[in-house]
Amino acid sequence: MSETNIRAKKEARAGLLFALPWFIGFSVFLGYPLLKALYNSFTDYSILNPPVFIGAKNYIDLFQDKLFYQSLGNTLYVAFFSVPLSTVVALGLAMLLNTKVKGQAFYRTFFFLPALVPAVPLAILWLWLFNGEQGIINTMMIEPIGTWLNANLHTHLPTNINFLGDKAYAKSVLVLMSMWTTGHAMVIYLAGLQEVPKPLYEAADIDGASAWQRTKMVTLPLLSPVIMFNVIMAIIGSLQYFTQAYVMFPGGAPEQSTYLYTMYIFDSAFRDLRMGYASAMGWVMFLIILLLTNAALKFFDSKVHYEGG
Amino acid sequence: MKSILLTTVAVAIIGGGILYGERLAKDKPRDDGRVVITYWEKWSAFEKEAMEAVVNEFNDSQEKIFVKFVSVAGISNKITLATAGGVPPDVAGLFGGNLAQYAYHESVMPLDELAAESGISPDDYIPVYYDMCTYRGKLWALPSTPASTALHFNKAILREVGWDPENPPKTIEELDKLDKLAAIKNGDKMERMGFLPTEPGWWPFAWGPLFGGQLWNGYDKLTLTDPDVIRGYEWFGSYAEKYGSGTVQSFKEGLGTFNSPQNAFMDGRVATVMQGVWMANFIEMNNKDLEWAAAPFPTPADRPDLVNPTIIDLDILVIPRGAKHPKEAFEFIKFVQSQKGMELLCMGQKKNSPLKKVSKEFIENHPNPYVQLFTDLAYSPNVIVPPKTPIWPQLSQEIRTATEKINGGTDPKEALQDVQNKMQPLLDDIVKYEKARGVLTEEEIAKAKAGGKP
Repeated sequence: MSETNIRAKKEARAGLLFALPWFIGFSVFLGYPLLKALYNSFTDYSILNPPVFIGAKNYIDLFQDKLFYQSLGNTLYVAFFSVPLSTVVALGLAMLLNTKVKGQAFYRTFFFLPALVPAVPLAILWLWLFNGEQGIINTMMIEPIGTWLNANLHTHLPTNINFLGDKAYAKSVLVLMSMWTTGHAMVIYLAGLQEVPKPLYEAADIDGASAWQRTKMVTLPLLSPVIMFNVIMAIIGSLQYFTQAYVMFPGGAPEQSTYLYTMYIFDSAFRDLRMGYASAMGWVMFLIILLLTNAALKFFDSKVHYEGG
Repeated sequence: MKSILLTTVAVAIIGGGILYGERLAKDKPRDDGRVVITYWEKWSAFEKEAMEAVVNEFNDSQEKIFVKFVSVAGISNKITLATAGGVPPDVAGLFGGNLAQYAYHESVMPLDELAAESGISPDDYIPVYYDMCTYRGKLWALPSTPASTALHFNKAILREVGWDPENPPKTIEELDKLDKLAAIKNGDKMERMGFLPTEPGWWPFAWGPLFGGQLWNGYDKLTLTDPDVIRGYEWFGSYAEKYGSGTVQSFKEGLGTFNSPQNAFMDGRVATVMQGVWMANFIEMNNKDLEWAAAPFPTPADRPDLVNPTIIDLDILVIPRGAKHPKEAFEFIKFVQSQKGMELLCMGQKKNSPLKKVSKEFIENHPNPYVQLFTDLAYSPNVIVPPKTPIWPQLSQEIRTATEKINGGTDPKEALQDVQNKMQPLLDDIVKYEKARGVLTEEEIAKAKAGGKP
């Protein structure tokens, strides 16, 4: 055996050894549960008693369950609006924070801070902000603005919106709240922006490019891998949206308009003790995420610019 | 060299942690050799303190057993998981409405033998409370604290609108009339209501039975579209309808949380409310000066047979399956069932007693001036009890959603039919399984049919 061969073997072994902790972690905490859930999805399983194989009954029941479609619809609605919105907001903030202004470090910290607040206290705070009677959004925004416009421009706008109790608004509250945690994406965009080579901007300047042209021709193409990463993470994150909704809208009130898919999984598993059914739902969600991620990858494929690649 | 050292230290920390955690998880044997049993309970604050007093009393009286009392948040999930994992506590305090689910999955132990050995008899209890501890002919739990509900009314508001404050509404029609008198609507904003069915909104299943409707036949069929049930929900929906759905919902939204001075009844934004025996205590804590009284909830004028309706609530003690010390656990439960233990607990929690035998002092010294009323109501033939079925946790949520739809303008029949369609197949599965296991016997079915009331 040649020396290079031995070396290569040694390296491979070292590599495997280093990857081992992750691999063990993945197998124990993700791989096994994933496969176990797949098996469970074909059983009647209450957690309390051993699973009993029932074939595809859970899946058949699932596809006839109105609430399955409603909760899936709610989740897709939230994802549909929150993904683009949070991308635009995070990217916009990152660009602003990338400009040289006094107190730059302070602003960066300031805009990231909300992302650090734990979800449950946050949800309780939002409950008060959006309260339909005394919420600050109603008393300080909707009421004065509505009253003024109605008086001066003779419009017929509402002076009070029941954000949490009216099914026309409740879902948009969830979308709005998801903006609160854009800090994470923002930081990644910010790091990406700093990677954009300065000479390109200088060259663009010399060519007489406007600010918009610089953004469109230099910044966005070079940032595209980061955008792709963030968008995919945002899709996955929004489909798994749970905590705030669970705290703020018990049972998906009003009229299950805020009942998210994840809430249905949780309730099926732990309230109704139907772990088999919940596992089936979990797997359906897994496939949906797989499909959407794949679609996103395909979409970005032609648009992403890889430096040096 | 360095890496070996680091690895050794890491392994030592993790290993030590596991071993120490293992030791922590096991109950330390006591120096006096008493068996330690763990008791998980859902209560906090004064309710927890009341049970703590009972536990201390028990521990002081004992030489063989010591109860370790743990207050646990989100107890239903944790008990389920602990039981599934084979490490449940010896005693658990759960919600009575969910007992059928625990019993169906046999996640709690049947107590018939232990109870018989201890001389605990059904005759010791007010029937409805004992009945809530049974499922398919077996005893699975015993009461900790019970409750019943009544109409609470604000005497000052009644007087203000010209209603005799000593003579609260006795019929639903009178309640509607009082509501009209007491309601204040300013533009499209409600400022006060005489009654609001969704305040506090804890028992959305009760409106059908309040009008004489049955939610199911007691063993295999849901009857949510029974005309009397629908009538109840039509009445329920009439409150959103008469003032405007959005208006009433905004009003409800602005009401404060239950245990606060901004509670709708306590700060006078609703004149009357359906509330439980605990309410007096919360009024005392949040608005001492409120001039209030309690009376049986009104009934439809054309149904005098439904007089004295009351919603029954019950907290229960169970021994989870796989508990290490079931015998000792039952010793403790037995102590709670004694008149002394029970009165200490129920007095501390400001509730009535589930036992038939009540001391004179208990009634006389009770902080709730209406405790006799709540006790009497528990004996009423028109008690309203959640259906004893394993699908209840889901069914109750579905009924809640139906009430939201009704408030949003959906026809009650349509909303209830949806629930019926969705839940009946789940009940069918359960009945099929129970028949196969021999749990649902002909005798049980006959009993359900004869009993009429589930």
